[in-house]
Amino acid sequence: MKQITRRMLAAIATGTILAVAGPVLAQGKVVRYVKNGNLTILDPVWTTAYVTRDHGYMIYDTLFAMDENNAVKPQMVDKYTVSPDKLTWTFTLRDGLEWHDGKPVMAEDCVASLQRWGKRDTMGQKLMDFVKEFKVVDAKTFTMQLKEPYGLVLDTLGKPSSNTPFMMPKAVAETDPFKQFGVYTGSGPFIYVDKESKPGEKHVYIKNPKYKPRAEPASGLAGGKVVKVDRVEVVEMPDTQQQVNAIIAGEIDVLEQLPHDLIPVLKKEKNVKLVDWNPLGHVFVIRFNWLTKPFDNPKVRLAALYAMRQEDYLKATIGDPAYYKVCSAAFICGTPNAVDAPDGMLTKPNFEKSKALLKEAGYDGTPIVLMQSTTLPALTNMAPVTKALLEQGGFKVDMQSMDWQTLVTRRTKKDPADKGGWNVFHTYSVSADALNPISNAYFAANGDKAWFGWPNDPEMEKLRDQYAKETDPAKGKALAAKVQARALETGQFGWLGQWYGPGATRSNVTGWLKAPVPVMWNIEKK
Amino acid sequence: MLDFIARRLIAIIPVLTVVAVFVFLMLRLTPGDPAAVIAGDNATSDQIADIRTKLGLDEPIWTQFVIWIGNILQGNFGESFFFKKTVAELIAQRVEPTLALAVCTLIIAITVAVPMGVLAAYRHGSLIDRFVMGFSVLGFSVPVFVIGYCLIYVFAIELGWLPVQGYVRIGVNFWGFLERMVLPSITLAVIFVALIARMTRASVLEVLNEDYIRTARAKGLSNRVVLMRHALRNAAVPILTVIGLGIAGLIGGAVVTESVYGLPGLGRLTVEAVLSRDFPTIQTVILLFSVVYVVINLLIDISYTLFDPRIRY
Repeated sequence: MKQITRRMLAAIATGTILAVAGPVLAQGKVVRYVKNGNLTILDPVWTTAYVTRDHGYMIYDTLFAMDENNAVKPQMVDKYTVSPDKLTWTFTLRDGLEWHDGKPVMAEDCVASLQRWGKRDTMGQKLMDFVKEFKVVDAKTFTMQLKEPYGLVLDTLGKPSSNTPFMMPKAVAETDPFKQFGVYTGSGPFIYVDKESKPGEKHVYIKNPKYKPRAEPASGLAGGKVVKVDRVEVVEMPDTQQQVNAIIAGEIDVLEQLPHDLIPVLKKEKNVKLVDWNPLGHVFVIRFNWLTKPFDNPKVRLAALYAMRQEDYLKATIGDPAYYKVCSAAFICGTPNAVDAPDGMLTKPNFEKSKALLKEAGYDGTPIVLMQSTTLPALTNMAPVTKALLEQGGFKVDMQSMDWQTLVTRRTKKDPADKGGWNVFHTYSVSADALNPISNAYFAANGDKAWFGWPNDPEMEKLRDQYAKETDPAKGKALAAKVQARALETGQFGWLGQWYGPGATRSNVTGWLKAPVPVMWNIEKK
Repeated sequence: MLDFIARRLIAIIPVLTVVAVFVFLMLRLTPGDPAAVIAGDNATSDQIADIRTKLGLDEPIWTQFVIWIGNILQGNFGESFFFKKTVAELIAQRVEPTLALAVCTLIIAITVAVPMGVLAAYRHGSLIDRFVMGFSVLGFSVPVFVIGYCLIYVFAIELGWLPVQGYVRIGVNFWGFLERMVLPSITLAVIFVALIARMTRASVLEVLNEDYIRTARAKGLSNRVVLMRHALRNAAVPILTVIGLGIAGLIGGAVVTESVYGLPGLGRLTVEAVLSRDFPTIQTVILLFSVVYVVINLLIDISYTLFDPRIRY
C-alpha cells in the first residue's frame, strides 16, 4: 500500500511536471513577433502595404529572389534559359513544390499569378508592356515571349518589395486584381492559420512541413528557406512604448522596428539585442506637384532642391548618426547604380541660388502648401525642416498638419493648392524599392500615370525606356546616371537621405538574415 | 412598467436614425479616402480610382446611404473595406475583451468607490474624508494612459507580478484571463472610483442630515444599519445615475485602455477603423455603442424602482 502510494505520488508529480513543462517546451518553438503596423489586408497584390508584403513572404514563394548582395537568384525556378534573340524566356520549376493543400505547383499557376500581379505592380506593368504571351509547355515549364528584348526581366521577377510577384494557385490568381481574395493558400515556408488568426489580436503561422528549401544556404531573400521554429504569432500591439515594455518582460520575442527615441531604453537591456536586419534601410523623399503653381515651373522646383540639406532632415527625424547616412545618390549608396549628385545638391544648400532661381521664375510670394503628416513618427519632423529651409531659400510656406490618411487622400487631388490641392509633401520608401529607374516609382514621369505630383517629362521616360531595354549592366549604370541627372535638371523630386530602423529581439532569438524584408525563416529560438 | 419599456424601446428607433444619418454624413465629409489607404503608398492615382469604383465609393452620397440603410434593415452590416470579413464577424470577435473590461472595471469601481464615499460622508471633515476627496481630484485629473504606464512600470516591469499586455479569452485560460484583466481594469476604474466615490459621499452626506436618519439613530439602530439600510438606499438613485452616465465614459476610456494594454476590443477596432477610414466598420460600431448606451439608460431607469418605491412608470 505504502509502495502504491509512493508510485501514485510519483506519477502525480511527474504528470504535474509534464503538465507545467509541456506548454513551456512547446513555447520554445513559438516566436511572438510585433510588426511595424497592423496586418489588415492579406492579399499582397491588392495593396503595396509593407506589412502585407511581409505576410506574403511567410506563406508564398517567388520564382526568383534577391540575395544579400542584391543579385537575383532562382527560388521556385530550377533552371531558366533565354533564347539568343533575348525574346523567349523559358522557366522550369523545381521538383516537389506543393501548395499548402497538398496539390502540386503547376506552371499554369505561375502564369496566372504573374498575369494578376502584372496588372497591379508598377514594374510588373512595365514588364507586361514587353510581354507578347505566356505559354505553358508542361506541368513544370512555361515560356514568356517578349515583343522586344527587356533588360529587367530578372530584376522584375526577383523584385524584393511591394508588390512582390508571389506565386499563388491558379484559382486564387484568377481573382480580379482590384478585388481582395479570401483564400490564403501558398507554397511558402509557413502556413497561415486562418481559424486561429484574429485581426487586431494576432495572426498565426505554422511551419509548412512539406516545404522543400533550396540546397543553397539562405542569403537575403534567396537560398534555402529553412524554418527552425514551429509557429510564429504576429501579435498586434499598436502602442510603441508597450511594444518595448513587452519585449523587456519577455512577452514577445521580436520587434520589427523601433522608434529611434526608444532605442536607448533597449540598449541597456541585457536580455534584448538590437538587430539591423535591413542594411539598405529607407530613403526620405520630397515630392513636388508639377500640375499646380508655382511648382509647374522647373525653376521653382530646382530652387527648392537647392535649399535642401539632407543632414538637417536626418538629424531632426532620426537623431543618432549611427542610424542615418547622408547620400546624394538617388539609387542608394553602396548599390550598383549609385552616383553622387553634382555641386553638393541635396547635401549643401545654396540659398542664394534658390533666391536667384525664384526671381528668374517670377515667383510672386504666394505661400506654397506643404502637407505635414503628424501620425507617422518618421515623417512628422520632415515638414518643419522643409519649411525652415525653403523660407531661407526665399519661399513663403503654409505648412498644413494632418494625419497620414488625410494626406494620402489629399495628395490624389490635382486642384490648385488654394482649392484643396497641394504643392509639396514628404514620404519615404524602403531603399530596396529605389535601386533602379524602373523600380523607383518616383522617377516615372508619364504625367497622369506617374506617382503623385504627376511629373510629365518625355525625355525622362525615353531614358527610363532605354534603361529598361539595356541588357549590358555597365551601359545600364550609365543610363541610370543620366536618369538621376535628368531628375535633378528638371527638379522632378528630391531624395533626402538614407536611414535605418533597427529591430529588437530577445537574446535567445538568433539567425536574422540581412534582407530588405524581415523574414522568419532561418530564425532560431533557444 | 411594460408600457414604459415598450415606449423606451420604440424610442430607440428615432435615436438610431439620427445617429445613422449623422455618422454617415460625418464620415463622408471628413477628409480621407479608404481607397487611398487600401492601395498603399506605392499606388498610383489610377489604381486608387479603380479601388474606389470597386468599393462603390464613387456612387453619389445618397445612393451610398440608401444602400447602407437598406442592408442594415435586412441585418446586413456590410463587409469591412480592409479585413476580408463582415463587420458583424469583426464585432463578434472584439466584443468579449471590451465586455470583460467594462464588467471588471464596474465591479472594481463600485466595490471600491461606494464604501469609500460612504466612509467619507460618515467621517465628514476627517482625514479619511480629505483623502477620498483628494483621490477623487487626482483620479479625475490624471489621464488614463499615464495611470496605465505607471501601473505597468511598477507591477509588470519592476515587480513582474502581472503581464504587460495582451488578452487571453476567458474560455481558453481563466487564470490567464484574470491576470491580464487586473491592470487594465484598475487603470480604467480609477476615474470611475473618483466619480462614484464623490457622488456617493455627496448623496450620503445629504441623506445623513434627514430627519428619518435622526429617528433611526434615536431608535438605537447601529451605525452600520443606519448607513447601509437607511442612508445608502435612499442615496442610491443619484449614484445609479452617475454609474449609468459613467458607462458612456467607459466606452471612451476603453479606447485608450485597450490601446495601451493591447486588448483586441471594440475600442481598438474603432480607432483602427477611424484611422483607416473603414466606413462600414465605423458606422456599425457607432450604432452599436448608441444601442448599448440607450439600453443601459433604460436599465438604470428601471433599477430606480428597486431603490425608490415612489418611482412608478
